[in-house]
Order: sequence, then structure tokens, then C-alpha cells
Amino acid sequence: MVGITGYCCYIPKLRLTRSAISAAHVWSDPSYAAKGGGQRSICNWDEDAITMAVEATRGLLVNGTPDALLFASTTGPFADRQQAGIIATALSLEGEIETLDVTSSQRAASSALNQACASVDAGAEQVLLVASEKRKALARSPGELAWGDGAVCVSLGADNCLLELVQSAVHSVDFLDHYRGAAQSFDYDWEERWVRDEGLAKIVPTTISRVLEKAGISAAQVAHFVLPSTIRRGADLVARLAGLSKDAVVDNLSGQLGETGTAHPLIMAMHALETRVRPGEYLLVTSFGQGCQALLFRATEAVKNYASPRSVKQALCEGRPEDNYFKYLAFNDLIRIDQGKRGEAAQFQTSLSTSYRRRDMLLGLVGGRCTQCGTLQFPRSDVCVNPQCRATHSQEPHSFRDEPAKVSSWSADYLAFTPNPPSHYGMIDFQNGGRVMIDFTDIAVGEVEVGMAVEMRFRIKSMDHERGLPRYFWKAVPLREN
Amino acid sequence: MATGIKDKVAILGMGCSKFGERWDVGAEELIVEAFDEALEDAAIDRSEIDSAWLSTAMEFVNVGRSGLPLSVSLRLPNIAVTRVENFCASGSEAFRGAVYAVASGAADIALALGVEKLKDTGYGGLPGNAAGTLSPLWSATGSAPGSFAQLASAYRAKHKVERNDLKRAIAHVSVKSHANGTKNAKAHLRREISEEDAIGAPMIAEPLGLFDCCGVSDGAAAAIVTTPEIARRLGKENIVTVKALQLSLSNGSEAGHTSWDGSYFHTTRIAAAKAYAEAGIKKPRDEVSMFECHDCFSITEFVTTEDLQLSPEGGALNDVMDGFYDADGGIPCQIDGGLKCFGHPIGASGIRMLYEMYLQLQGRAGERQLPSPSIGLTHNLGGAPNQNVAAICIVGAA
Repeated sequence: MVGITGYCCYIPKLRLTRSAISAAHVWSDPSYAAKGGGQRSICNWDEDAITMAVEATRGLLVNGTPDALLFASTTGPFADRQQAGIIATALSLEGEIETLDVTSSQRAASSALNQACASVDAGAEQVLLVASEKRKALARSPGELAWGDGAVCVSLGADNCLLELVQSAVHSVDFLDHYRGAAQSFDYDWEERWVRDEGLAKIVPTTISRVLEKAGISAAQVAHFVLPSTIRRGADLVARLAGLSKDAVVDNLSGQLGETGTAHPLIMAMHALETRVRPGEYLLVTSFGQGCQALLFRATEAVKNYASPRSVKQALCEGRPEDNYFKYLAFNDLIRIDQGKRGEAAQFQTSLSTSYRRRDMLLGLVGGRCTQCGTLQFPRSDVCVNPQCRATHSQEPHSFRDEPAKVSSWSADYLAFTPNPPSHYGMIDFQNGGRVMIDFTDIAVGEVEVGMAVEMRFRIKSMDHERGLPRYFWKAVPLREN
Repeated sequence: MATGIKDKVAILGMGCSKFGERWDVGAEELIVEAFDEALEDAAIDRSEIDSAWLSTAMEFVNVGRSGLPLSVSLRLPNIAVTRVENFCASGSEAFRGAVYAVASGAADIALALGVEKLKDTGYGGLPGNAAGTLSPLWSATGSAPGSFAQLASAYRAKHKVERNDLKRAIAHVSVKSHANGTKNAKAHLRREISEEDAIGAPMIAEPLGLFDCCGVSDGAAAAIVTTPEIARRLGKENIVTVKALQLSLSNGSEAGHTSWDGSYFHTTRIAAAKAYAEAGIKKPRDEVSMFECHDCFSITEFVTTEDLQLSPEGGALNDVMDGFYDADGGIPCQIDGGLKCFGHPIGASGIRMLYEMYLQLQGRAGERQLPSPSIGLTHNLGGAPNQNVAAICIVGAA
């Protein structure tokens, strides 16, 4: 039976405390005094929906090249450049893999999941679906408090499923709880009471009834119910109307994460898998956006022993509280900051032909391995860097993405332009040979020292605001503790 | 085996502009200022110059490309003028061109002139410069101080030096250069500082504070060279000749191969060994009277003293704190204030270093004059510790 065979989550390290948001706004809206609880995840300046998607996807690349890679997001940085293709090249998957972006609705990921399962049904061996979202909210808007940034990748196949897709149902209707015009940065929404009563309460229960009917099970048999909604007790209301048990309603992670848009149903579902789902139980995943998608899963015995490369629980634990609301504004271009004259220098034109020629190096951190002496080196070049070798045209591609490394020299630079000063960077030596002078990220002042173990992350190297181009490369972060 | 150029070329005249934030002039006027002094010192007419070399590193913020800015500014007599650039070692490169022209017999008299006008960019520090279309897409987001600062982290790890001990030693490096700079009327920075000033200064790139960084200056320096025979014939006294001139460039090993530990300059060691061999110097610590090293940052000078075989490896800290490189020490360093205080107009710096060695050897250094120096060394470095151009020149009495 077709279903989810594995998953990997990625949540940015920074967690903005809502007390920081509350403190910033309470002067103008006293109700903010009561809104200071918990945290929400926020991207570092160098993260976006694509970088998070790469981190979530790379954890699942253990079983060879998938047949397809689907990228679901409403906040991808490109309107016309296939973003699944960037992810594929970053992970050395380009070529015969089918790549596809699914967007424009909060329902994008769950609908894509349904389609991905259909393609497995039709013969595809493995399909990866990565849902990733970095939602941009106006300062002092409800979204600023309620949303979070994050990504999850699920692999879909026919064998060894954790969750088998039992049935799905959909209801498509142009119901606008919110929308965002193609040229707009921010959502425009409608009154919450109307959304609740005319939208959630009518559309979702109807769809649920349909999926249960198709599956031939009763509402009482659903042990776990996923419905992301920032409307207070919205999921409880729907559960009651659909006849589901109140206990079936799954934690929406609003306290630690915030709602991660189209990725959120899957993140909630995987979190439920880790915390409450037992073999044989039914898990109903619904999403709301221009209608409703309902996916009914049944857990298999495999859930007992499955270890995700990065579970939702792990990803939630890897946070660092951020109390500086101003930093959040700065990282999200919600405030105009004087970048200084050095900031202007970052606005150079990017050579697309150079970028394409060296795409494996720039997007994939692929260097070389000398076939004569075995020396690893970055970047790959025509002449071996080993002083004792110097063989020419001897190097085969070698990816450094997953090579452990240690810092051999570093500085924290207050002169160089970076949106997040000081610029931490240094020489890192890979454990198996090869080295590179590279930017560090997700690092605090005083944290780095010679000998520190690091791992590699796909990030925005620099941003060409003038031409709307994030330039991606890899950076070093302190090695994740297991 | 090449025999080298020892004593084949003499310095006929040298000149140097006032360094500093020269809001009053552009690069063209700085060229004239340095050249006029050199020409007067050489006691020749400009029509006697056979060939010329111009060095600028940041031509995009001043003169632009080609040798024309020199030819036009000085109204040279339609001779060959070549513009050279090799990062911050550009000045040494211009000097090398002129010296080799004379040594080869291609020219009787040649001019090397370096200039840099940096203070027309609207901000402090060196101007940024995109290096091609690929490099900006992956090179680390750093500045010059950040790349040199990394020497400190690697040196500390290698020699087990506490951060604050190294911080005080590099503070002493700058204190010494500031003291020397007060005696140089052409220097950019002419105020004494204390170790506490240096240690407490605002951080630029850990562990380098403001006073660990050299001045960003406008300026020009010029050298007119010829053969010792012609120099004598022209009546030159106390003739100073070139004993050695060596250049070593990284080939990517430091940046790409783990055999380099990040705590020293691989190229400087190679260039120094070659230069000492060319000059016939066996024991540098005993034979070198004085030197100007490329003290773009205090930590650069600190580790370079070891690379030049003047301090033993791991011994820089003791030598620096003992005052071995102070004006009254064993081997005075940066007696003119160095890049730190004389200033660092990139394309001019290599020639500026030679200017001080030349004045000292001629006994014309005024208030800064050292007692009877015989061998002076200049170390001019371009690039970053992990990928650079190291130029070493040794000059002495003929």
C-alpha cells in the first residue's frame, strides 16, 4: 500500500520569543500584554523556503535518486525559476528526476502529497515531497505572532510505509480567508468570525465526512486529527462538528513553532507520529485553503522502530531563543536599515553563465577528488592541489556536503558587510582532506574556537536586492549534537 | 643557475609624498609630488629616463588602467611605461620591473613609481573589489582585517598562547610603530599610543582592534634606478645597491591543502630564503640592520618576524615584548612608522619601504637615523594569509 515511508524536518535555529513581540507593540495595542507566551521560529537572514527545503530533503537521500522531487510552498523566492530544480541540483540529483513546484494555496503540500501517492500508485518507486514556508507578516499583524518558519520532507513509496494512505477527499472552492496578490508582499485577510463560521465549520467537516465514508470507517475510529488553524479552538470546533473525539485533536505546536503555512499539516502529523500514534491507528490530516484536503492514514508497525534523520521533536529542541525583535525586523526586510557603503558593494550583477558552469560547486558544494593521489579539494580544478602530486585532469567530483570538518582559523569581522554582524568565517578542514575558507552561520559571538567541529548548511551567500536574486552557497554551522 | 642581481643596480634617487588623507590632491598630483623629489635627488633630467613602471592596486577608484596615468602626469618623453598590479605588493613589482630593466641592460635609467588615492570612495577601509564572476559567489564574506585576524587564532592554537598575551604583544607592535611615526613628518598618523589604548580600542575583526590596523592613506613613492657605474659617474655618493629581490606567490596549497596550519606565511618563508641566498646573508638575525615589514595589521608583523628568520619560530612574543624590534632594539622595524603610521597607499607601499631603507643607508633619515645600518630589508605582502604575493627586497651599501 502507498504511503509515507520516511520524513525529515527542518526548523530554523532562531526562535523569536513572543514576549519580545509583545513588548514591541503593547504601547499601541494593550491586548498584546496577554500575547507574550511561547516562541515562534524565524529564519536567519540567510534562510528562505529553498534553503530550509534543502536541509529537510538531504536527510532523506539514503535510498538512491528518487523518481520525483516536489516542492510545496507559497513563499518560494522565485516566481519563474523552478525551485525544486534548485533543491535537486544542490543535492546532486539533477538529471532524470522529475521536479515540480506546487504553490498558491495553504493546501499546496497536502494536495501535492495526494498527487505524489497517485504517482507511486502508477509505478513511481520513490517520490520526495518537501514543504517549506517562510511567511512574511506585517509588523503587528496577527501572522507575526501566529506564524513560524519551517520545512518538512516526506518520502512516499509503496513499501515499508510508516503511514499508509487509506483514502483521500477534497473539496475545492474559492473561499478567501486571505489572499496575496502576485505583486504583494503581505496577505490581506477577512474577518476571523466569518472564516470560522462560513469556512472552517462548513467546508472541513463536509470533506471529513466524505473521506470517512469512502474509507468505510466511523469518526470515532479516528485517533488523531490534524488541522492547522490559527483560529482559537478552530480545530476543536471542526472535530466536534465532524463527530471526532476531542482527544483526537493534535497539538498545533503554536507554543514552540508557530504555524508554518502549507508545511504545517505535515509537520503536525509527523510530530503526532513521534508523540502519540501507535500501529493500526487512523490519522486524519486535513488542510484548509480554497477548500479542504483530507488525507486518511493508517499507521503501520514500522512506526515503532523508525528513526527520522531529524524528527520534529529534535528540530524543535535545536532552537535558540531570540529576544531581539529588531533583529527579526531586520532579517525580514521589515525595516529599512542603512547598509553602509560596503552594503552597496554586495549589489553586483551575477553571471548566470558562470553560475551554471560551476553549479555543482556553488549549489552542491561539490569539489574534487584526485584519482591519482586521493586528495580531496575544493574547488575542483584541473591541477591537483597536493604539492606532492600535481596530477592534471585527474579529479572526479566529490561532494563535501556531508563531510565532517573542523575550524582551523577564524575571525569575527565587524568591517565586512553582512546583514548579521559580525561576519563569522574561517578556514575549515574536512576530516577526510580538503579545506575551504567559508562563512559561518547560526553562530553566536564567543562560540567559535579553533578545533570546533562544524557541518555544512545550504544558505543564501548574498542577496542581490536590485535584481531579486538570492545567491546560494554553503556555510558552516557548529556540529549538531545528537 | 641564475646568478641573481646583487649589486647590479643602484638607487639613484628616491621620493615620497606626504601620506595621509590627502583631500587636497588626486592621484596625478601625488605622482608629481613623489617624482619631483626623486628627480631632484637623482640630479638628472626627466628626459634621461629610459623606461618606467607604475604600480596601483585599486586603479578603479583612482587612476584607471594602463601606464598612461604616469606617462601623462609626468609628461614623460614617450617612453615605455608599464602599469603593474600584484595586490598590496604592487610597489615592489614596479621596483622589480625597473631594476630588472637596468640589470638586463635594456635601460640605463628606469623609474618605478607607486601611487594610490584611496580616500575618494566615501567610506573607511579599503574599497571592495569584485574579483571576477565566480569568486564573489563563494568567497567568504570578509574584509582584510578579518582574513589577517585568522593568523592570531591559528598562531595561538599552534603555540599555545593565551588570547590576552597575544593581544598585548600585538598591541606593543602598534605602540612601537606609533612612537616611530611621531618622528616622521610625512607620516599619516603621528600620535603616540599606549598598550592600553590599543587593547581597549573598538574591535574590527577579532582579535584585531582599531589600533591593530594600518592607516588607509593616499600617497605616492618613487625610485629612480641605474647601474652603480652610471651612479658613480653622475656623482652619487654613499651608493645604495639592490642585494636581492625575490617574489613568491601562493599556488593554492595554503587555501586548498591541509598541509598549511594558518599561523604563518608560506610564501614569505620561501621569498626570504631565496633573498638571503641571493644577498649572501647566512644569519639574518645578525646581519639585517633594520627592516620594513608589511604591517598591514599588527598580527602580520608579529608572525612575519618569524617567517623572515629574525625571530625563532614561536619566539616572536618574547622578542616583541623585549623590545627587540623597537627603534632602540636589536633590529629596528618600521623605523618610519610602517604601514601602521606612515600609511598604506597600496601601490606606493613597497617603494615607500625602500625609501626609508635608502634614507637610513644614506644617513639622511634625520631624527629617525639609526647608527650605521648596513643592510635593510623590505617585506611587501599582497593578498591574504591563505593566498598571497610576498615580495622581499634587500638593499645595502655598495
